[in-house]
Amino acid sequence: MRLKLLHSPYLFAILTLFLCQVAFAQNKTVTGRVTDSSDGSAMVGVSVSSSDGRLGTITDIDGKYSLVAPQAMNSLVFSYTGYVEQVVDISNQSSVNISLKQGNAYLDEVVVIGYGTVKKSDLTGAVTAVSEKDFNKGTLVSPQQMIAGKVAGVQIISSGGQPGGGGRIRIRQGSSLNASNDPLIVIDGVPVDNGKISGAGNPLSLINPNDIESFNILKDASAAAIYGSRASNGVILITTKRGSNGGKLQVDLNTTQSIAQPGSKVDVLSADEFRTVVNREGTATQIALLGNSNTDWQDEIYQAARTSDINLSLTGGIKGLPYRLSLATMDQDGILRTDNLQRNSIGLNLSPKFLNKSLSVDVNFKGSQSNSHFAPQGAIGNAVFFDPTQPKLSGSDTLGGYFEYLDPATGTPNTLAPKNPLSQLAQYNDESEVIRSIGNVQLDYKLPWVSGLRANLNLGYDYVHGSGKKILPRTLAEQFYNKGTTTEYDQKKNNKLLEFYLRYDFNLGSRSDLNVTAGYSYQDWIREEPSFATFRGIDTIAKGNDFKTQNTLVSFFGRLNYTFDSKYLLTATVRRDGSSRFSPDNRWGTFPSVALAWRIGQENFLRNSNVISDLKLRVGYGITGQQDIGTDYPYLARFTPGDSSSTYLFGSDYYTTLRPEGYDLNIKWEETATANAGLDFGFFKNRVYGSIDIYQKKTKDLLAVIPVPIGSNLTNRLLTNVGNIENNGLEISLGSQIVRSKDFSWNANFNITFNNSEITNLTKVVDKNAIGVEVGEIAGGVGNLIQIHTVGYNPFAFFVFQQVYDTNGKPIEGVYVDRNKDGVVNDQDRYRYKTPDAQVYLGFNSQFDYKNWTLGFSTRANFGNYLYNNFNGANAAYASFGFNNYLGNMPSNVLETQFEQYQLKSDYYIENASFFRMDYISLGYNFGRVFNDKIGVRLSFTVQNVFVLTKYTGIDPEIAGGIDRSFYPNPRVFSLGANLSF
Amino acid sequence: MFKQLIRRSSIALFVITIVASCVGDLDREPFTEVTSATVYKDFGNYKHILAKLYAGLSMTGQQGPAGNRDVQGIDEGFSSYLRQYYQLQVLSTDEAVIGWNDGTIADLHYMNWTPSNEFITAMYSRIFYQIALCNEFIRETTDGKLSERGIGGSNLDEAKEFRAEARFLRALSYSHAMDLFGNVPFVTEADGIGSFTPEQISRADLFSYIETELKALETEMKAPNSNEYGRADVAAVWCLLAKNYLNAEVYTGQAKYSEAITYSSKVIAAGYSLQPVYEHLFLADNNNSPEIIFPVTFDGIRSKTFGGMTYLIHAPVGGTMNPSLFGINGGWGGIRSTKNFVGLFPDPNGSQDKRGTFYTDGQKLEIDEIPTFSNGYPLIKYKNITSTGAHGSDAAGDYPDTDFPMFRLADMYLIYAEAVVRGGAGGDMGTALGYVNDLRTRAYGNTNGNINTGQMNLDFMLAERGRELSVECGRRTDLIRFGKYTGSNYLWPWKGKTLEGSAVEDFRTLYPIPSTDITANPNLQQNPGY
Repeated sequence: MRLKLLHSPYLFAILTLFLCQVAFAQNKTVTGRVTDSSDGSAMVGVSVSSSDGRLGTITDIDGKYSLVAPQAMNSLVFSYTGYVEQVVDISNQSSVNISLKQGNAYLDEVVVIGYGTVKKSDLTGAVTAVSEKDFNKGTLVSPQQMIAGKVAGVQIISSGGQPGGGGRIRIRQGSSLNASNDPLIVIDGVPVDNGKISGAGNPLSLINPNDIESFNILKDASAAAIYGSRASNGVILITTKRGSNGGKLQVDLNTTQSIAQPGSKVDVLSADEFRTVVNREGTATQIALLGNSNTDWQDEIYQAARTSDINLSLTGGIKGLPYRLSLATMDQDGILRTDNLQRNSIGLNLSPKFLNKSLSVDVNFKGSQSNSHFAPQGAIGNAVFFDPTQPKLSGSDTLGGYFEYLDPATGTPNTLAPKNPLSQLAQYNDESEVIRSIGNVQLDYKLPWVSGLRANLNLGYDYVHGSGKKILPRTLAEQFYNKGTTTEYDQKKNNKLLEFYLRYDFNLGSRSDLNVTAGYSYQDWIREEPSFATFRGIDTIAKGNDFKTQNTLVSFFGRLNYTFDSKYLLTATVRRDGSSRFSPDNRWGTFPSVALAWRIGQENFLRNSNVISDLKLRVGYGITGQQDIGTDYPYLARFTPGDSSSTYLFGSDYYTTLRPEGYDLNIKWEETATANAGLDFGFFKNRVYGSIDIYQKKTKDLLAVIPVPIGSNLTNRLLTNVGNIENNGLEISLGSQIVRSKDFSWNANFNITFNNSEITNLTKVVDKNAIGVEVGEIAGGVGNLIQIHTVGYNPFAFFVFQQVYDTNGKPIEGVYVDRNKDGVVNDQDRYRYKTPDAQVYLGFNSQFDYKNWTLGFSTRANFGNYLYNNFNGANAAYASFGFNNYLGNMPSNVLETQFEQYQLKSDYYIENASFFRMDYISLGYNFGRVFNDKIGVRLSFTVQNVFVLTKYTGIDPEIAGGIDRSFYPNPRVFSLGANLSF
Repeated sequence: MFKQLIRRSSIALFVITIVASCVGDLDREPFTEVTSATVYKDFGNYKHILAKLYAGLSMTGQQGPAGNRDVQGIDEGFSSYLRQYYQLQVLSTDEAVIGWNDGTIADLHYMNWTPSNEFITAMYSRIFYQIALCNEFIRETTDGKLSERGIGGSNLDEAKEFRAEARFLRALSYSHAMDLFGNVPFVTEADGIGSFTPEQISRADLFSYIETELKALETEMKAPNSNEYGRADVAAVWCLLAKNYLNAEVYTGQAKYSEAITYSSKVIAAGYSLQPVYEHLFLADNNNSPEIIFPVTFDGIRSKTFGGMTYLIHAPVGGTMNPSLFGINGGWGGIRSTKNFVGLFPDPNGSQDKRGTFYTDGQKLEIDEIPTFSNGYPLIKYKNITSTGAHGSDAAGDYPDTDFPMFRLADMYLIYAEAVVRGGAGGDMGTALGYVNDLRTRAYGNTNGNINTGQMNLDFMLAERGRELSVECGRRTDLIRFGKYTGSNYLWPWKGKTLEGSAVEDFRTLYPIPSTDITANPNLQQNPGY
């Protein structure tokens, strides 16, 4: 409750009052001129700023600058793209003239890679870094939202607008069918569990995005293979913010207050349209069921929703102990009424050095507690389907006072009819609490007896405890017969990490450098899910079997970096992983990689080029593995007991059943071989820079669930190693500082990705006639599947009938093309039509800075992605009012098709969902230091989800998986952000 | 120097210790599940595994009503053995249509299914799932293995009974495979688990295998009515033999009506008696029936599923029908009978022959549209209500207590009679007529419906089986035996996907081997015509 106060709208006012009381302090003015060291010419547009970036200016046409800085400020940073950044002590001077040396400042950035760091110039793999200045703006409650659209080859598809909602991350598409396609996420050296967490919609939402300093995305095998068996889908290394060495205490308060407006709705018939249609098409019995109300159920279930996010951080250093402590609280309502998420989080980083700085210690602790009240998402579908001529309330006290369809014979709720969504929203009490903590202690010791040798020990953990309770009262229509139900759940995940490596750097003469890393890693995952009894008004269902599972991964790894003449680079890595998921015979997998890079720009013939400032060619090849298959004992013959509701009667006793499980004794690693060639370039003193990467991923021994030869195992479908999948792509990213002057600068970044995946084999025995494995369950009927994995096609291709149209272009109901020309149209005439995956996707973002103003936006586009419009497919037919004693509303699409019956598998419903959308546009103003230099103030205003251009007729063209069935709409969000620093 | 050496070697030692201990951690064992290595050591587990073999006919997974499913690749409720058996045996005939929009379900009634039909695949998968589980149990309970594990005394006797019952259940599922699919993959306890491709067996060879198995079991199963309720005894073995012999001509080309008489007679003489009131055979307390020889059991609290009897009771309730009269909270509005089937009875209201009670209020006889529930009369048969009118044990009215009569005495009466009419030896017309009239007297409540020897021809036998054994999952087999399933000499609405019914090719007397298995197992030859 105390925290709730923090989110009140009065916060700003209170803070402002508080700030006015702050005492005034002294300022100083620093002036000077910046020149180019090569010719002494004045440099225009050089950034001059405080080390925290909060205060700054740009040099004018004469290279001059003037900056009013607090007396206590003791350093200034001079930076300019393509030049070496300089930090100058200003504690004793008010005039500072600087000459900047041309260099590849950005290439000297240090990039975090697995088990170490490397200078950006020495990278040999496809690695993209995204740091704070490039993060998306607005209300971002989950880390993955920060980088959507920023990186070529990385696709983040929103999982919808629910509180804490994140998105599905894919790096260079998935390389697997049934094993996970999520990348490995490593936070400050701890690979975290990205699996489902009970009580949290999105496992990453338990991490406070405000603590994140940078993302490094390892895309190709040569970069990622050091993570071996978990690297097939790429690796995302997240580094959190830390303390500054010896700095003063700095307090930052960031708040974002926002309002989310419900966006588009499913286009359904209005009450009057519905009445017209039923009166025209319906039977007397159906017409009699019509009501007199006009209810727009979708309007009723959504609301404008607010989010408040407050972050406080204390950064500094006490006697050589740099620290950063952050405290944050976030409170987000969903646009679906009653949806709410509250998150409190704490982050602590300590990074002291001991023993003459030879021992570096890095301590990270992150903790979060989140409380959710989940609105039942079934209400979304019910609001689409519910009869608009019925009232919200019945006028009677039964069933909570809500209108519901009753069975005329009994007067009790109709079990098949949709339930009043407003009743569900109001009466569901579904709450959870999740606690997560990730932490580690990393010791890095420069061994004193061998120069260049370091030992690194990393001990970490990732602990999650999610629990929740769902209370459904007896006044809910769907609980009428159970007389109310209370269920509970609880989940603990306990993941431990121990890593140790040695790194040896040495110089092999004047032009050769070598460093070697060798290490060992142990990681263990335990998941426990106790079972609970279900309490119903009519009875109690005894608790089932408690569940517990464990798996362990032991690895040895090594890396060698060799550099010759600063121009020729070689990286070789190898990792040997042992997984408890496989039998001793198949347990170990070896995952090597090698990469070469040639810094062409450093060659004499280019060194002095005015056009080309940097050029590097990279080629790499590596093998990565996959074992994230969701089950921990797939090779063991084992028995599962049944629960108390699945017992069998012998005589007068009910016996718990014991079921032998199907298993594959020979199950083993899935392997992906990736070849990558890339070119990094910079032109015109790196005013224009970018990369081009081309890659091919080939996965073999695919871990896929396929039908077994029937009778040969204790299951009809088995997770086994079968088949191959191939992935080809091209990624281009371009960045430029287009305009750079004293008062105005303009930066733009563009990235585009071309990708194609194809299944090249999916059976143990080659069969040309094999149709493949059908997947993709849809709403409408029961168990209908709309997609298929087939050799020679994209995974998840739609598998549908080809619609026949009349001369006016109207689909003819139930008439499909006899594609196999056998004279009959049956399920063998379905064909593979389009795919949910975009063949081309791109991101474009740009930022304008004018004096103290900043305007930025980010846009994305996808091409070639298709969606199955399940809302139309499952509802847009007059059959919707042909049900037993109730009427169902229909999407307006029915007026176009005039379908009587549902045509679920017509390709008519596979729609082109290519789109262009603006993710956000943000305007900021930096007030600089105000209140006599006591407080730095920046304000920003951001609109997210600004617009979408698409031909797709549903509510959102971007839905992971390709089936639009009950999507939580992404709202348009208006945010006001304030950053105050003391 | 010495200090350095100590430091270095202690670090090395530290590292080696950690690494060595941790590699051993890769041998993880499950916590909640038991491994095969231990499960068979404890005789206490045997009955629970046997319970799973029986439960495979009734439920769909390790969580009731759904969850932790047995058969994958289809909605769990659809994967129920009984539900699919019903759909393939009933929905493809004149007995019923179903109005839903579930995948290729309409193709069953249209009789234009293909090898990728998911319901056919589900039945096939479920049958062989059952066979694979039985094989596993039989393999693990050989005399050798039992003595290896030190199981002796009364435990040993009981284990052998369990094993015999597993063999019976396997023979039952193989009989269904033989009837529905004909030539199927053949696996026994001699095959292991893993990557092999089973060989295909011909329908006739499978018939002999089942016959040999069942005859061997005659001496191993418990005596009639001496086993616990829910478990099979030797009478169930005889029932299955009688049914297979009745259809032997279809399966092998060779008639075995005399054997059908022999085995149906054995059952008839085994001490079972007709349930006095026909309706009571299909109610929530039918576990007390003296007529049911082998049931598949269900319970509203302890044996729940979305398939099985839950489906059989909910699916034909819709329209203006009052679900509470069926002991349920709501109908699923799906199943109705065709006019041909209604026409087997003197009237649709059961006013004479009580076996033919249909719901007609707000319904019409003609099925102009399959999806529209009001087209066609739903048959009133299975209910979740006891013979005294009480509702089943599930107070919510979702899951019934009613058991399914897989074998019952009336079926044996009619097998005997038909085999006699067809010229089988060892029986006589008088006895046959007596059996038939016993059933008809029960149905009419008097002797008004009784027939004479002259009326007892083959056409009558087919119709009488239709009346007595309606929607008990035998109609397709019967129509095939009488040559009326395919072709054009018997048509019903929507047969062949036309309103009036049209001819269907003869190859459809067998369902196709699902295309998934044709792909997975190159040893298999598709049934002709597909």
